[in-house]
Amino acid sequence: MKYETVIGLEVHTQMKTRTKIFCACSTEFGRTANENTCPICLGMPGVLPVLNKRALELAVRACLATHCTINPLSRFDRKNYFYPDLPKGYQISQFSLPIGEYGHIDLPANGNSRRIGLRRIHMEEDAGKLIHGENLGQPDKSYVDFNRTGIPLIEIVSEPDLRSPEEARDYLNRLKSILQYAGVSDCDMEKGSLRCDANISLRPVGQKEFGIRTELKNLNSFKFVQKAIEIEVQRQTRILDQGDRVVQETRLYDADRNETFSMRSKEEAHDYRYFPEPDLVPVVVEATWLEEIRRSIPELPDQKRERFVRDYQIPEYDAEVLTSSRALADYYEQSVSLGAGAKTASNWIMGELLRELNNDERDIESCPVAPAALAEMVQLVENGTLSGKMAKTVFEEMYRTGKPAKQIVADQGLIQISDRTAIEKMIDEIIAANPGQTEEYRAGKVKLMAFFVGQTMKASKGKANPQIVNEVLKEKLG
Amino acid sequence: MSGFDIDNVALLARLRLEGAERERLGKDLETIIRYIDQLDQLDTARVEPTSHVIPIQNVLREDEETRPFASSDYLNMAPSEKRNHYEVPKII
Repeated sequence: MKYETVIGLEVHTQMKTRTKIFCACSTEFGRTANENTCPICLGMPGVLPVLNKRALELAVRACLATHCTINPLSRFDRKNYFYPDLPKGYQISQFSLPIGEYGHIDLPANGNSRRIGLRRIHMEEDAGKLIHGENLGQPDKSYVDFNRTGIPLIEIVSEPDLRSPEEARDYLNRLKSILQYAGVSDCDMEKGSLRCDANISLRPVGQKEFGIRTELKNLNSFKFVQKAIEIEVQRQTRILDQGDRVVQETRLYDADRNETFSMRSKEEAHDYRYFPEPDLVPVVVEATWLEEIRRSIPELPDQKRERFVRDYQIPEYDAEVLTSSRALADYYEQSVSLGAGAKTASNWIMGELLRELNNDERDIESCPVAPAALAEMVQLVENGTLSGKMAKTVFEEMYRTGKPAKQIVADQGLIQISDRTAIEKMIDEIIAANPGQTEEYRAGKVKLMAFFVGQTMKASKGKANPQIVNEVLKEKLG
Repeated sequence: MSGFDIDNVALLARLRLEGAERERLGKDLETIIRYIDQLDQLDTARVEPTSHVIPIQNVLREDEETRPFASSDYLNMAPSEKRNHYEVPKII
């Protein structure tokens, strides 16, 4: 039977604050274990958590950037469960009155965009980190680091609107770029500042009701999210094809074996017994503050893409690629403002530059070719000093050595020969040296043009301006 | 409250209750819950849900770091610690 895949994602992301959500401990990554702790995040008796204003502001930014409605009154709840990474015995989260609801993200897809609904965004504190057994000490013990306890998070819950593993990955990329643009989060998966759980079910094509879902937990890279969902879809397909039922449960993805496995046993019936957090007072985002936050949000990917198409006259596709991250968009705009032609710069960035960066698994932030250097090179192409082919050599050298284009051109004597008289002289010699081919060409074997072009390029050591070479050859061979 | 289950409560709280203790705590909790359940007799249809007992909102702090004590102060209070980590029975 043909099934439709239904996916909803829950994304936890760390907000970019200096201190924790309810106490004044640092959020700095990579400190000694338990260095960033205090009586509040350790859950000592009698302490009072107080909400970090910056965390609230960033949560509101995230809501505005994803078109969520901000709830006029929002509050915190206790989610009760016992686990050693949670010193209070409960996590402070938001349950019935989250900060924002009913948002959406548009996924551009070949000109048609797909709108993915967001059910809610709520604030909560992160839990600590557990290290098990002999990884740190004795095999029959676990070890707790509370540095992450109280790190400010938002959880972004999508509607079950995603229809394929690729779409889930596209959604994550889009969400990440929006959160980075809006300055809410670094979304650095390696530092744990973005984590994802996926709810997955299948239903026969055409059926309205959802099938039974499983939840995949802690997918810690975008690549894994897609792979884990693919493998889970295959597993559920096999079960349904055999006429069996999918069991509703939480599963984990094992990247080494590329399979998912059941995480919890039967006694794990969740009962979080949520109730309003009496230590924290309700949050009301006043209209004036809300307006201030709204105004402080920089241009977001969708707006930037539209502006690039309008102002730089580049194709929609180019604009989409160039605005995929704020850093890349800034790089492009700087190159253009420093004199590179809008479309030429776009071609170079999307082609050579991104290819080199991808090969090296580098970000645009650590690109060895600065926007000014790229602009200089692009100008050399545009004014005819370099042919496209020569420019590729120059660019590779720039990327490898960090040297400016003009210096490479001078060092390697790479200046393109655009002097018509010089080219004519070369071609005269080539024609004289190849009477047979010349005759055949004139008799109608026009394919031989390539031979003459090749000879000219060889004679000029690749430096002759190909356009002029073609013109002169056509004239002389006539 | 119907179907009060002391064993389930104990499981969620990670407590092992046995014999007389289980019996006694079960009775105590049932009494407490019956007492609280009296509230169900009130008609609260037109009462705003109480988010907080004190009518205040937006108590916020600035995003500034302070460090009242050294982390060793807390680690030293723990029953067991190792290499700056709190040591607990193995949980996995």
